[in-house]
Amino acid sequence: MSANIAEMERRRAAALLGGGQDRIDAQHKRGKLTARERVDVLLDAGSFEELDMYVEHNCTDFGMEAQTVPGDGVVTGSGTINGRLVFVYAQDFTVFGGSLSERHAQKICKIMDMALKVGAPVIGLSDSGGARIQEGVASLGGYAEVFQRNVLASGVVPQLSLIMGPCAGGAVYSPAMTDFIFMVKGTSYMFVTGPDVVKTVTNEVVTQEELGGATTHTTKTGVADLALDNDLEALVAARRFFDFLPLSNRSDLPERPTADPWDRIEDSLDTLVPDNPNHPYDMHELVRKVVDEGDFFEIQPDHAANIIIGFGRVEGRTVGVVANQPMVLAGCLDINSSKKAARFVRFCDCFNIPILTFVDVPGFLPGTAQEHNGIIKHGAKLLYAYAEATVPKITVITRKAYGGAYDVMASKHLRGDLNYAWPTAEIAVMGAKGAVEIIFRKDAGDPEKIAQRTKEYEERFANPFIAASKGFIDEVIHPHSTRRRIALGLRKLRHKQLENPWKKHGNPPL
Amino acid sequence: MFSKILIANRGEIACRIIRTARRMGIATVAVYSDADARSPHVKLADEAVHIGPSPAAQSYLLPEKIIAACEQTGAEAVHPGYGFLSERASFVEALEAEGIAFIGPPPNAIAAMGDKIESKRLAAAAGVNVVPGFVGEIEDTEHAVRIAGEITYPVMMKASAGGGGKGMRLAWSEQDVREGFESVKREGLNSFGDDRVFIEKFIESPRHIEIQVLGDRHGNIVHLNERECSIQRRHQKVVEEAPSPFVTPEMRARMGAQAVALARAVGYHSAGTVELIVSGADPTGESFYFLEMNTRLQVEHPVTEAITGIDLVEQMIRVAAGEALPFTQEDIGIDGCAIENRVYAEDPYRGFLPSTGRLVRYQPPQNGEEQGYVRVDDGVTEGGEVSIFYDPMIAKLITWAPTRDEAADLQLQALDAFRIEGPGNNLHFLSALMQHPRFRAGELTTGFIAEEYSEGFTGAPASPELLRALAAMAGTIVTIDADRARRIAGQLNGPPAAPGDWQATIDGQDYLVSIEEDAITVDGEPVDIAFEYTPGERIIFAELDGAALTVQVAPRKLGYTLATRGFSRFVRTLNARYAALSAHMIEKEAPDLSRLLICPMPGLLVALHVAEGDAVEPGQPLATVEAMKMENILRAGKSGTIRRINASAGASLAVDAVILELD
Repeated sequence: MSANIAEMERRRAAALLGGGQDRIDAQHKRGKLTARERVDVLLDAGSFEELDMYVEHNCTDFGMEAQTVPGDGVVTGSGTINGRLVFVYAQDFTVFGGSLSERHAQKICKIMDMALKVGAPVIGLSDSGGARIQEGVASLGGYAEVFQRNVLASGVVPQLSLIMGPCAGGAVYSPAMTDFIFMVKGTSYMFVTGPDVVKTVTNEVVTQEELGGATTHTTKTGVADLALDNDLEALVAARRFFDFLPLSNRSDLPERPTADPWDRIEDSLDTLVPDNPNHPYDMHELVRKVVDEGDFFEIQPDHAANIIIGFGRVEGRTVGVVANQPMVLAGCLDINSSKKAARFVRFCDCFNIPILTFVDVPGFLPGTAQEHNGIIKHGAKLLYAYAEATVPKITVITRKAYGGAYDVMASKHLRGDLNYAWPTAEIAVMGAKGAVEIIFRKDAGDPEKIAQRTKEYEERFANPFIAASKGFIDEVIHPHSTRRRIALGLRKLRHKQLENPWKKHGNPPL
Repeated sequence: MFSKILIANRGEIACRIIRTARRMGIATVAVYSDADARSPHVKLADEAVHIGPSPAAQSYLLPEKIIAACEQTGAEAVHPGYGFLSERASFVEALEAEGIAFIGPPPNAIAAMGDKIESKRLAAAAGVNVVPGFVGEIEDTEHAVRIAGEITYPVMMKASAGGGGKGMRLAWSEQDVREGFESVKREGLNSFGDDRVFIEKFIESPRHIEIQVLGDRHGNIVHLNERECSIQRRHQKVVEEAPSPFVTPEMRARMGAQAVALARAVGYHSAGTVELIVSGADPTGESFYFLEMNTRLQVEHPVTEAITGIDLVEQMIRVAAGEALPFTQEDIGIDGCAIENRVYAEDPYRGFLPSTGRLVRYQPPQNGEEQGYVRVDDGVTEGGEVSIFYDPMIAKLITWAPTRDEAADLQLQALDAFRIEGPGNNLHFLSALMQHPRFRAGELTTGFIAEEYSEGFTGAPASPELLRALAAMAGTIVTIDADRARRIAGQLNGPPAAPGDWQATIDGQDYLVSIEEDAITVDGEPVDIAFEYTPGERIIFAELDGAALTVQVAPRKLGYTLATRGFSRFVRTLNARYAALSAHMIEKEAPDLSRLLICPMPGLLVALHVAEGDAVEPGQPLATVEAMKMENILRAGKSGTIRRINASAGASLAVDAVILELD
């Protein structure tokens, strides 16, 4: 008996060493942690139960039969984050460069299947050179098996990807289909074809970092949601982020205690909107003064910054926040901001997270760059997402809500549950100047008349009361009472029931 | 007595005057520009009148607007506060012509003292010691160079109508005069509408000590002791105190007598201040010279009020209404010590560059002390704006206590509890000053800041005990935050195990923090610190070794920024379980910014001194940016060639805007 146990201990010890001490040292030299170290930081102490530790590849070509390492380049299993169940896989760069074999994929699929069955999130830690070339099509098949599960799990359990090393070629499509992607600056990159192929095909010279580094994907492309300085920061951020997420589409919202009073009054919000309608202000201040303890987990802060998205809590329960940002492009909607917010709204709707929308939007961004790149379809994504969402939706218009963008931003007409406006709100087809130029075209040559008409238009429409008189705004509120109104509204909406007509699925303007 | 007065000012001084008037049963009228429509002084007053656009030159500086506001509201008198119209004789005459009383000195005294050249002649005639200098008008730079040479360097160039630190420049050499003279003229013209400049000898190791005088219309004039305002930055006062640690009773009597003599010579009434420059090198205290007389209420008047118990604003109002002073010189004593710190919207960590913007959080300290008291004179509230149009002073923090050390200790506690978010501010710097050994020893000169912070300000030093206390605190905070996180709903198997020990890292130094029942140890040694913390709190009132320690907390990604006693640091907190892994993390290098000329503050690009392709040497002026009415010359940090210029003269620049790039 003891010999059997000793054998198990020996095999376990061998497996835990992954690709061996030399490769572990090399991994550390690059500023990277090993797969098991990462899992250890990510999960509660001692909570990780590893599965498939002894799985080995089945390849017999190119002499591979002589090289096997238990685990086959990926560490999989389950554990807890602050006591809540999560399934995890972490690719092990010290074993065959973390490359994906058929068995490696099988291991990932096994925990994904379990996660889907029991309703718990999946966190994937990517650090892989790509396909296991020696296995050829078997490896490609492995990728596709993972992709299929990503899709089936989408909307059932939250999926989070941490890119902590290379992630290239077909491998990028698994994270791409998960809900959120965090990347580590300097040590991670994602691209479909790398710099060498780019150079051969297009003659472009580009570094890995420029082509698909964390900064590129969190500023230019919006592929990733957050860039972190190093592995530790990324893993601790992932723990903090996880606490906002429900475990599945059948789970309750996570809730935790807070001492922040639900009816906290913020007098300073009464002066947040500047006197001059052309002056910007920082919408983050409103968001932070509404959510519990000022704790707002913003995602994609540096991409399409004209819209703010992220998670906060009200009375300890998660809310999703979408807010126009007047500091950037006057807070207008454009292709990138519509796409960014649309996907976020859909995530919230999938997992029963109430959506708070703060509106100060002058309209859609004009120009050929926008029109020729399809703002019509991209803008429609956000419209579709809001219209489709059945979760509690509370909207506060702080200032401008002009034109089609007014409709889009969780308006009453899109089944907004509680639509509030500050007294500074202006709900209109467009700004006074533009409206007057159209309505009173014949006065165009007379600046005095135009000024008079503009003044009249402003007096009539530059306020929330016309919209309120039609019932499009439920109540005009004091800015200082915004948190109290929202907290109360969320309590009232906690048991909201609303279902869309049965369908196989809708057909959003992808 | 008046039944209604108008305050021709804004900000803290307007609020302060309104409070006294209200206590006296006098109704108040505020005036405001566009930028001030929501300011506290407008809300505080019984009535408020809009007087024009935001720039002071189109609102607060227009006598006709003030007079119209008086007529509109029926105000019988005007208190001008300080700055703006407070020292403009023509304004007083215009008011008097309309039958409106001026709560301040007579116009002839303002005129005589407002002109630095004229005032020196009068001071000398009244038997007041004066500094050697050129009395007369200076024609041009060449003339200025000649005069400076005759007086001998160092010399000070001052705009004749200047004050409050604006329009002044020190010259150590002929080159400095050539570089600075035109700029002083320009600042004088821009700020005061007067481009005359005068030059005088600059006294080394000087202390700035001033005598508060107060007179009535019945010939009574007293002095209310001195204030020392030696701690200045670029001639702008930062710390003021009363009494001065340098002044002996004999010296006080001599200085007071000369100040009263001067006031009497010009027929002075109301409150005024005779500023003296005193050589700290001369222990006899004989070497004091007349600098100028300010014919108004001073910013720093509260320290005098604190030690004399006299409300200066009340006395000014009573004098203006014709009442006689209710006391004589014999009645005036000195009770305890008072210190005033000026809280400015400026960033001490970035060369004290002015900062503006919305006060996202503004929570002044509460007064809760047994020995002494804290007074905050401010004119802002949370959600208010530090505007580009006016003085960047946010508040005045005044403490009084029986002794100077106690008053300084009170300052430290109050500064630590002062919460400002939004504009950069000098709270940490003030805190550093209050605990500086040289300040505590009273060894002040007007060069104090320049000498003690010649390399700039990087925060107050922290003792090893304080660092350990901060580590203990961070370890405790992260434990409490982690403990709350462990109470989330939906757990598999109840809350996970407590997180155990933490490694706190400050400036690369690791501390192992263990928290047992009621005992915190750092690296195995107990730390005697006690406090309560609830997740989300931003100010912690702790006791360290039995003494009060107030710490401000801001959560960061891997820890917290803790700030206390002018020392602010990011404290990284890693669970001891995986702290060792941090050794593998590689510090990311910050991008090299030395080849960029970055606009250090929001402002107007007045001039570009170079063109693309020019070769420049270190120290060569590249651009001039005007902010807060100050012209700031931005110089090359290293030699190179101008590769690209991104902004042109006349442009409004944001902070961190790249003005030009060097090769």
